[in-house]
Amino acid sequence: MESDEAAVHMRDITKTFGSTVANDHVCLDINRGEILSLLGENGSGKTTLMNMLSGIYYPDAGQIIVDGREVSIRSPKDAYDLRIGMIHQHFKLVDVLTAAENIILGMPAEGRLDMKVINEKISEISSLYGFDVDPKQKVYDMSVSQKQTVEIVKVLYRGADILILDEPTAVLTPQETDKLFTVLRNMKNDGKAVVIITHKLHEVEEISDRVVVLRRGRFIGDVATKDTNAAEMTNMMVGRSVSLNIERPEPKDPQPRLAVTDLTVRDIDGVAKLSNVSFTANSGEILGVAGISGCGQKELLESIAGLQPVESGSISYFDPNSGRQIELLGRTPRDICNMGVALSFVPEDRLGMGLVGNMDLSDNMMLRSFRCGKSVFTDRKKPHTLAEHVVEELEVNTPGVTTPVRKLSGGNVQKVLVGREISSAPTVLMTAYAVRGLDINSSYTIYDLINRQKEAGVAVIFVGEDLDVLLELCDRILVLCGGQVSGIVPGRGADKRQVGMMMTRLGGEAAK
Amino acid sequence: MTQVLSLLQAAMVFGTVILFGAMGEILTEKSGNLNLGVPGIMYLGGIAGLAGAFWYESAAASPVAIVGLLIALLCALAAAAFGGLIYSFLTITLRANQNVTGLTLTIFGSGVANLFGGAMNKMAGGVGQISVATTSGAYRATLPFLNDVGVFSGLGFMVYLAIILALLATYFLSKTRKGLNLRAVGENPATADAAGISVTRYKYLSTCIGAAISGLGGLYYVMDYIKGTWSTDGGIEKLGWLAVALVIFARWKPTQAIWGSYLFGALFWLFLYIPNLTRSSQELFKMLPYVVTIIVLVVVSLRKKRENQPPASLGLPYFREER
Amino acid sequence: MKHKAKEPFVRITKRDELAAWRAWLIRLTSLVLALAVCAVVIYVIVKLNPLKVYGAMWEGAFGSSKRSWVTLRDTMMMLCIGVGLAPAFKMRFWNIGAEGQILVGGIATAAVMIYCGSLMPTWALLLTSFVASCAAGALWGVVPAYFKARFKTNETLFTLMMNYVAIQLTSYCVALWENPYGSNTVGVINQQTKAGWFPSIFEQQYVLNVVLVMVLAITMYIYLRYSKHGYEIAVVGESERTARYVGISVRRVIIRTMTISGAVCGLAGFLAVSGASHTISTSTAGGRGFTAIIVAWLAKFNTFVMILIAALLVFLEKGAMQIASQYNLNDYASQMITGIILFFILGSEFFINYRLVFRGKKEAK
Repeated sequence: MESDEAAVHMRDITKTFGSTVANDHVCLDINRGEILSLLGENGSGKTTLMNMLSGIYYPDAGQIIVDGREVSIRSPKDAYDLRIGMIHQHFKLVDVLTAAENIILGMPAEGRLDMKVINEKISEISSLYGFDVDPKQKVYDMSVSQKQTVEIVKVLYRGADILILDEPTAVLTPQETDKLFTVLRNMKNDGKAVVIITHKLHEVEEISDRVVVLRRGRFIGDVATKDTNAAEMTNMMVGRSVSLNIERPEPKDPQPRLAVTDLTVRDIDGVAKLSNVSFTANSGEILGVAGISGCGQKELLESIAGLQPVESGSISYFDPNSGRQIELLGRTPRDICNMGVALSFVPEDRLGMGLVGNMDLSDNMMLRSFRCGKSVFTDRKKPHTLAEHVVEELEVNTPGVTTPVRKLSGGNVQKVLVGREISSAPTVLMTAYAVRGLDINSSYTIYDLINRQKEAGVAVIFVGEDLDVLLELCDRILVLCGGQVSGIVPGRGADKRQVGMMMTRLGGEAAK
Repeated sequence: MTQVLSLLQAAMVFGTVILFGAMGEILTEKSGNLNLGVPGIMYLGGIAGLAGAFWYESAAASPVAIVGLLIALLCALAAAAFGGLIYSFLTITLRANQNVTGLTLTIFGSGVANLFGGAMNKMAGGVGQISVATTSGAYRATLPFLNDVGVFSGLGFMVYLAIILALLATYFLSKTRKGLNLRAVGENPATADAAGISVTRYKYLSTCIGAAISGLGGLYYVMDYIKGTWSTDGGIEKLGWLAVALVIFARWKPTQAIWGSYLFGALFWLFLYIPNLTRSSQELFKMLPYVVTIIVLVVVSLRKKRENQPPASLGLPYFREER
Repeated sequence: MKHKAKEPFVRITKRDELAAWRAWLIRLTSLVLALAVCAVVIYVIVKLNPLKVYGAMWEGAFGSSKRSWVTLRDTMMMLCIGVGLAPAFKMRFWNIGAEGQILVGGIATAAVMIYCGSLMPTWALLLTSFVASCAAGALWGVVPAYFKARFKTNETLFTLMMNYVAIQLTSYCVALWENPYGSNTVGVINQQTKAGWFPSIFEQQYVLNVVLVMVLAITMYIYLRYSKHGYEIAVVGESERTARYVGISVRRVIIRTMTISGAVCGLAGFLAVSGASHTISTSTAGGRGFTAIIVAWLAKFNTFVMILIAALLVFLEKGAMQIASQYNLNDYASQMITGIILFFILGSEFFINYRLVFRGKKEAK
């Protein structure tokens, strides 16, 4: 069912941040009773564009027309008044409040809080679309997908009929994604306008009616989904044909490099994040780690790196030079380095952990090496040279080596980070979500770097969220479910659906 | 027995000053603003109230107590709110650092207050010579029906006002929609913003209203505690910092601040009631409220119960147009 | 529901970079504006020509050689505290406890002077005081640091409270050491023997103050900028998670840095007692611990800019004292003027970091 008048017209929208043009004269139509995919690589400006509809940013130029009238959306409140609601990638919930309190937050504030009435209305909405929400539960007690549900109910509670979802499936299992898509289809049939911001082609094909593609802040094309295909969409996204294949050379003489045995980790509340996890990472091989967000991957990598306290188990490192076996359990990163274990870790949180945003490339390169040398003073020359080397080798787009790292775009930040970690010639390389949020070209550069490390005999542990990538890149895949090992399968020839099942149920389909 | 009663009474009087100060600051901190200018604001409230009463009494032929009371009240509220406005404008609109702005406000407030107070003292012929007896009398007028009930016999109306305000504040925060919005602003302004709450407006209002309430503490100090005069001994400043301590001790809950303020008062005056203390040891006793607060600070950070923690965005600025 | 189709009147966008000279121009303009406002206020209160008043202030600060030295001495004192605060602030550890650290340093110094005054030659007294005041200040700084490092206790509030504990401790000591009995003041210590006083060099009383603080300032600058410790401080201040990730012991850095910060502030107490007033009282710090926070922050922890700002504030203070005696104002005026000037400077930072875009001017790049 399509109406004649578009719900929203965006005309010649332009937005600049400092010297970066995020959106350049973009035009976009959103119709009711339709699911629209807003497709593009990272840095293409899709989130920025939608943030202007939801009142987070304000356009520098251009017009927004809602239901035939030109409007000025200066705040999220204005957006809600226009019945536009956005569910962001990073949830905007107050931890210390309950679900119900979060849902009604910001609604016209007069008088007393009548929680009974509010709870009833929430239950109504939930049953209408099939959600499962406990209004009295505190947000700090919720899982990631429960929090997302609260976000969606929040928007519906306010009567939104133009919904925008920003990368909604990044944190969901395949099964949860199916549920979400069913809900979205219900909303579409109900006459609502739904926009999904994504860069996953298979989702676009599965759920949307129409696709709009952005590239580097510019509008590229607007097609009905049934009239296009993956190759054409990729073409529009990147501007040139890119092969969808990721190289996967055969491992040469894999030897055990890191053996994890019966690893158990508890968080501060005593909840077991990892239980009796055992596996071996071999040299010259890429071991992928698959699992829903929050199933323990972060704790796994951080335990090995010495950043996470461990309850019990063993982490054994086999030194290729001396043949010694070194126990890493309970060691701090400093100890690990001092013991001569060349362990590199590319964390999920790049600017928050892997790098210091306000420092320049040179000083960031020094993060690993600043202790070298007996002098009290730091040696800035070597890191400077390393920084220049990385910029050249990996084609990092930056005004110079003295630019603060936070000014670089996502892909370039990652290149700097990976470049530094690789430069210390590790024997074990761990990466968490190495290509999250990266555009296609940068992603392939990273896969390339990882493959080269593998060929040099490094044991690589690759935690990823995109099953397609894991299935094409990794030699073996460790599947975690609820902090336990659900199975270890060979990468070549693995079945995506089977792996998905293993992520949600211990042992997968085969288990009873 | 009367010793205990008299300690209790002294504690309540002392406590009321810091209760006003703390209550106002709790309101401010709930919005995420850490206003270290509380002592300055209390100074402003005190001097404005005193000045207002003084000029009224000098100008009127036969001053009416109630009118003097109201004038002093209004002046204090206005001056203190103005202090809060300066702080808000600098930290919210002009995005200045909160600690530094607050400390500057304290310097400014105490400067202004002592400047005018000292000048007024001179005009009246010396320190402590100003007399706004009529107005001060009004403040110290006790509730007639409580005149004979032990500890309540000597307390002015503002003591009760403070308690009522604190209870109202708690109700506001936990049972009203605006209170919920305010709590969200202090915990997670980005979320509050996305929910359509005007973070700027809530911060401005809670800081200015909070400042006004704190200013009442200065007013009470001047009118009741030191009985309607001015001295430049820095008394208000000490109490101002104690009020900041009380906010922490009360874990940002106005109702807790009520008994906390009386406890601090009791601790402060305890040394008078312990016999055979040398003068130097007396000074050590006066340390107690601060030491107690430090202990609470440490215990709260040890136990980590979510609901006792300071508002998550306390002291941090919030700007939306950041990338 | 009305939908306003008009753009907001003025919007705020962050600037990329601003040329240094432009930034300084903005700060100077705000200073001039502040002085203008103060001039108006002064005129309203005193009904005098503001320029005459400012002239009197200059007289008060630099009118004679003696006065100039005193101004210099006090600037050095302020600078010393600022230098002490710099490493803590760089680490984003809000050390609001300088006031208390100065006082305990002063107590330690006074104690040495009183109890050992007749036992050791002055140079030994000075050395002992130096060490004692550093230790006292360091202790006062380390306690909140330990709790922050171990339990994440809020350091702003903890250090603030430590100030008042220190003030009471000082009152206790003053009562203990009072001379003459019953006066509640300590009086000038070792007035006859000058034991433990800073010696005069080249017949000037305060040369040692200047030398000591300048050496400190330069050392701190080098320490923060070029040493490995300084780098660790910077990383911890910018991002604790990154620090942990590269194996920096955040706990150790916090404690080590606050030890240094407290020690230097304690040294300021040594400076105040041995090098200036030669007595101890609750006004030995005189609020300078708080003012220095503003100085350090405004100077963005750059030691040399701190000298300028400290000089300005001390000039104001001295000048105001002059006005007070000359024009019968009381000397709290200096606090008020200082407050107004600081408000303006704080406000001017906004114009340095952000740019205003008015309605009608559409930006396109």
